Amino acid sequence: MADAPIVQVRDLRKTFPVKHAGGTSTLHALSAVNFDIMRGETLGLVGESGSGKTTAGRILVGLIPASSGSVSLFGHDITGADGKAQLAAVRARLQFVFQDPFASLNPRMRIGSAIAEPLDIASGHTRKDRNDRVAELLELVGLPKESIERYPHEFSGGQRQRIVIARALALNPDFVVCDEPVSALDVSMQAQIVNLLLDLQDRLGLSYLFIAHDLAVVRAMSTRVAVMYAGAIVETAPKSKIYAEPQHPYSKALLDAVPRADPSYVRQHVVAGEVPSLLDPPPGCTFHPRCPFAFDRCHVEVPALKPSGPDRAVACHLFD
Amino acid sequence: MAEPLLSIRNLTVQFRVDSGWVSAVDDVSLDVGEGDCVGIVGESGSGKSVTALSILQLHGRATTRMPSGSISYRGEDLLRAPGAALRRIRGREIAMIFQDPMSSLNPVLTIADQISETLRQHEGLTGAAARKRVVELLGFVRIPDAARRADDYPHRLSGGMRQRVMIAMAIACKPRLLIADEPTTALDVTIQAQILELLRELRREMGMSVMLISHDLGVIAEFAQRVVVMYAGRVVEQAPVAELFSHPVHPYTTGLIAAVPKLDSDAKRLTTIVGRIPSPQEDIPGCRFSPRCSLVQESCLLAPPPMLDVSALQAARCPPQVMAWGDRHG
Repeated sequence: MADAPIVQVRDLRKTFPVKHAGGTSTLHALSAVNFDIMRGETLGLVGESGSGKTTAGRILVGLIPASSGSVSLFGHDITGADGKAQLAAVRARLQFVFQDPFASLNPRMRIGSAIAEPLDIASGHTRKDRNDRVAELLELVGLPKESIERYPHEFSGGQRQRIVIARALALNPDFVVCDEPVSALDVSMQAQIVNLLLDLQDRLGLSYLFIAHDLAVVRAMSTRVAVMYAGAIVETAPKSKIYAEPQHPYSKALLDAVPRADPSYVRQHVVAGEVPSLLDPPPGCTFHPRCPFAFDRCHVEVPALKPSGPDRAVACHLFD
Repeated sequence: MAEPLLSIRNLTVQFRVDSGWVSAVDDVSLDVGEGDCVGIVGESGSGKSVTALSILQLHGRATTRMPSGSISYRGEDLLRAPGAALRRIRGREIAMIFQDPMSSLNPVLTIADQISETLRQHEGLTGAAARKRVVELLGFVRIPDAARRADDYPHRLSGGMRQRVMIAMAIACKPRLLIADEPTTALDVTIQAQILELLRELRREMGMSVMLISHDLGVIAEFAQRVVVMYAGRVVEQAPVAELFSHPVHPYTTGLIAAVPKLDSDAKRLTTIVGRIPSPQEDIPGCRFSPRCSLVQESCLLAPPPMLDVSALQAARCPPQVMAWGDRHG
């Protein structure tokens, strides 16, 4: 592809200090994460609690600083010495949609004002421009014009998520980080919001980082998928490949654990154990204590993410 | 067929709101047989949890009323049973586990303290005998190093381990019926698979009946033998699990199954159900799904539709579709 990626993440690490009675320990939230996102593409970041997927998303939009490594957005390195200035230069092109649409909306602010807030902050809009844009945004996300005068509590969860999306699009961003945007919604509402996000991508040429724990939703949304475990990407591949032929034993276990809406489906095997503590991660591959294929090397050496076929990579000693 | 273990008939549950009383559950009937595993599936506001809480009457009394219906457990109507009888049944005959294991556990008591409370209450076990049984139960729910774990406080345990503790507590007195209300919803998917497997093993080993409540059709398909689908306070369809997924009859069931994102589908868009879930306060004459139904007819808007038999095992609250099914299959 001739285009440069709009998002480039290199060797990204994040640690958090955790205070306790005996002193301070270090929580390794992200260790050596690398990925690219191309224009118009959706990277699905999937993993269970504590996998680091949300931390990665928050660093990408500048909500929290990285501990080391680099994040470059539209060619601007937001992690370098002048990261603040670089972030300011691209800030208007980034947006974030969170899981809980109610917590993202001020309950005392009318919908019209909430959607217009980014426009007011960016300034330079006449009153008429501003109101026209709000009406246009409401139409874009499929809400009636009258919504302008109403308050968040008058809307259902699905409608509130539409409002949040309208606000995120107010300044015409190029890249939107969606962190579990449909996991608080009922199935019948979830499908509507997924389709809306896909339609908006087609119409506006958006790129997404789509963070979710639900593998089926990630499949519906993504172009490429990266599977995270205990702070690292263990496998990345185009979506059709990762679902049809997962390579990493964790990707397999994760896919196998998803309950199918099909009573004739029989699960092969349930993976044992739990996600390790990030305060004291196991040596070697973090998945080895749960991995049915682990051998001596897995206990001592951390596997790097290496190409394992056309357009895909896996971090597993079985593929060396 | 013998009398079912639990039989709910025409249950209506109302909550007090500013403007009067609204029905969260409306004319619900369902049975759970001995050794049965019944799944109740529905979205927010469907009344699935309210139905479950009504069985043990765990609602706040001042703000809830049950103006009609009966809940009969082994021939005894729980809605009219005296408090002492209910206390005997709760935890001993019918036990319940909930979605969030952390808020169901007391943070200042050890695991052993909390499990022995049930044993003391119902079986009079104390001291070393209770302790022995606690460790046994923790082993039974596959908690490693049970003897040491018994003295831990809940915050020391992961979400999956806490749910195992809740299950240990629920099965402490070998109940005949376990009501599990979204038991795996707060858990990661690999842990969910472990907990469902544990519940399945326990059901087999103990021969208990289970009522599993979930919003997740995948969990229901995997676990339940019979499924009750609820929408906006009413039961809209009941069928054995294979029939429900292979030929759903109610348009809501059909729509819900279609709306679940599939792991093996490359469709460009998900299938949706238009509109939104109504709030209990909304007065919808006739079928409560009619505003969202693509097959709606004039008759649907007139009166609440009755539940009609599709076959001996399947029934749906949609006369047009039940009749259409009958025409197609003679």
